[in-house]
Amino acid sequence: MPELRYREALNAALREELARDERVILMGEDIGVFGGAFKVTAGLLEEFGERRVRDTPISENTIVGMGVGAAMVGLRPVVELMTVNFALLAFDQIVNHAAHIHYMFGGQARVPLVVRMPQGAGHQLGPTHSHCLEAMFMHVPGLLVATPSTPADAKGLLKAAIRDDNPVIFIEHESLYGVRGEVPDGDRAQPFGRAAVRREGGDVTIVGISRMAQTAARAAQRLQTDHGVSAEVIDPRTLRPLDLDTILHSVARTNRCVIVEEGWPHGGVGANLAALISEQAFDDLDAPVRRVTGADVPMPYSKPLEDIAYPHEPQVVAAVLEVLDLAPPDRQPTGGSAAVTTASTAEAR
Amino acid sequence: MPDLPEPDVAREWLETMTLIRRFEERAGEMYARAKIGGFLHLAIGEEASIVGAVRALRDDDYLVSTYRSHGHALVRGTPPGRVMAELFGRVDGCSGGRGGSMHMFDGARRFMGGYGIVGGNLPIAAGIGLASDFLGTEDVTLCVFGDGASNQGTFGETLNLAALWRLPVVFMVTNNQFGMGTSLQRHSAVTDLQRKGESLGVPGMRCDGMDVLDTHAVLHEAVERTRAERRPLLVEAITYRFRGHSMADPEEYRSREEVEQWRERDPLPAFAELLEREGALTAQERAEIDARARERVDGAVAFAEASPFPAPESLYDDVYVLGDQVRGWYSVRTT
Repeated sequence: MPELRYREALNAALREELARDERVILMGEDIGVFGGAFKVTAGLLEEFGERRVRDTPISENTIVGMGVGAAMVGLRPVVELMTVNFALLAFDQIVNHAAHIHYMFGGQARVPLVVRMPQGAGHQLGPTHSHCLEAMFMHVPGLLVATPSTPADAKGLLKAAIRDDNPVIFIEHESLYGVRGEVPDGDRAQPFGRAAVRREGGDVTIVGISRMAQTAARAAQRLQTDHGVSAEVIDPRTLRPLDLDTILHSVARTNRCVIVEEGWPHGGVGANLAALISEQAFDDLDAPVRRVTGADVPMPYSKPLEDIAYPHEPQVVAAVLEVLDLAPPDRQPTGGSAAVTTASTAEAR
Repeated sequence: MPDLPEPDVAREWLETMTLIRRFEERAGEMYARAKIGGFLHLAIGEEASIVGAVRALRDDDYLVSTYRSHGHALVRGTPPGRVMAELFGRVDGCSGGRGGSMHMFDGARRFMGGYGIVGGNLPIAAGIGLASDFLGTEDVTLCVFGDGASNQGTFGETLNLAALWRLPVVFMVTNNQFGMGTSLQRHSAVTDLQRKGESLGVPGMRCDGMDVLDTHAVLHEAVERTRAERRPLLVEAITYRFRGHSMADPEEYRSREEVEQWRERDPLPAFAELLEREGALTAQERAEIDARARERVDGAVAFAEASPFPAPESLYDDVYVLGDQVRGWYSVRTT
């Protein structure tokens, strides 16, 4: 299997789908001549021309809306937004239009649109370029939401997204673009709604979202080495549809669950997942579901603050030890995991 | 004054305008009787701008409209019963009872939707234009929106992009003098709306939206220029709605006298009388047209009444396009 960087895997998926289906077009800010803000679309303008690969003005709501309209009458547009925060300018078209048109017109119209965007902290881009907003999109019926964490999934899920007849929010991670990984050869689309078990284990289930699937896997390694704890790591890969069954089956064996996400705690992916697990697998649990999340703050610029505003392995390790009763509850305000504890303590009063 | 079309064409325009008028009046009555819920935005007074514009399109051209779109469905040929059934929230509604008054749709007739978000339809129309251009067809998209939408960000964004990419879209701003209850003078620095696209590379035209002949003539020119030159135009139709913004509008922002003045220009009698003067319509034909419209609206109400409400088990239908996915594939059911 060849090894590709995450961005190269995305580029390969776009190239292959452009070649496979004449109806696929790319639109976005600086995706053509510039090659993409994160170089995901590098070389595609040269290969496919301006008719297929379109540089747009900085008009997010209209770019997405044009994708909606074009999709309704037969094209398969892939729109790139420069960061997830910019998608907020297009929320009207994403939620009121892309997500609802099939339903509100009684099934007569389809919107096979993909909106790609990176998210995530770590590059000191501050409060308007660094957030993780997958929970916002996941909230909306009518959207599919993918959060690939490996090069193989980046490619396979993007190919599946482009071929799907529904609007797909495809959330990449800025810190993963340079990560290498094996990518299977050939034309392989990864179906949505199938979680990946990244590591098998029997003591605890760790669910990691987007980049946090990788953080969770590293934490699991450390748990094994340092504490003799066998953690199972699950990457849902898509949040809508969500492969809840794989998570529940794992929890039925491990009886403990820690969810790791980079986004905010209130109304987050983990909040939702914890609710689903408590509703559907309460009797399997030997400890409360524990969340490790980003801190409940806008992402700060300053490096030391940014570092503690999203989860790292130590917080995941600590949370796992806590649900296994191997460590006292963590009450120190040291980043994302503490934010949840702090918030819930405040609510308890 | 533009030339009259052939008498049978002119009579069809009058008949469709009459159908829209009678339909809207009846919809208002049905709303008062609680047969229709939600918001109901009537186009009474705007019939000439609807029929004149849409009759300038070919059958293959696309139409994109707003939340005031019963007339746009009717003029495109959607059966009145299906439009009324949509208002009634019934299963035979043209959007299956999912959309209601603000979200009519008839894809088979290339009526690509009424849209409930002010300005939300402009990018969609441009996207349809992009697809027409990409696929190499001659189709033109007519995008209708109100004066209020000309202040939305999508107006500037979309006109710029449509001009930049030379998309075959005619943007038609139906200037009915009010963005909901705020008058044009109080909501737009530039009140000469046809000029609002100039700085974006979109030339403007204007028509008398109370006059079906003038509306048709100007829109016909705009549509054919757009088709030939592959670039967008902005057309302002000056019109007026005789009723409130919606049924929930006490109309405290305008005087009775102003409404009466505009009513003197009511496009229906104006056109009918013109046709009579020109010998294209007899008094008896005029009465028959009105009787037929009332009859069709009666039929529409009967059709809507007879249509069932959507079954509860259809609640989750068409949230997604499903392939071979298993049931419950996408959705979290908590009830």
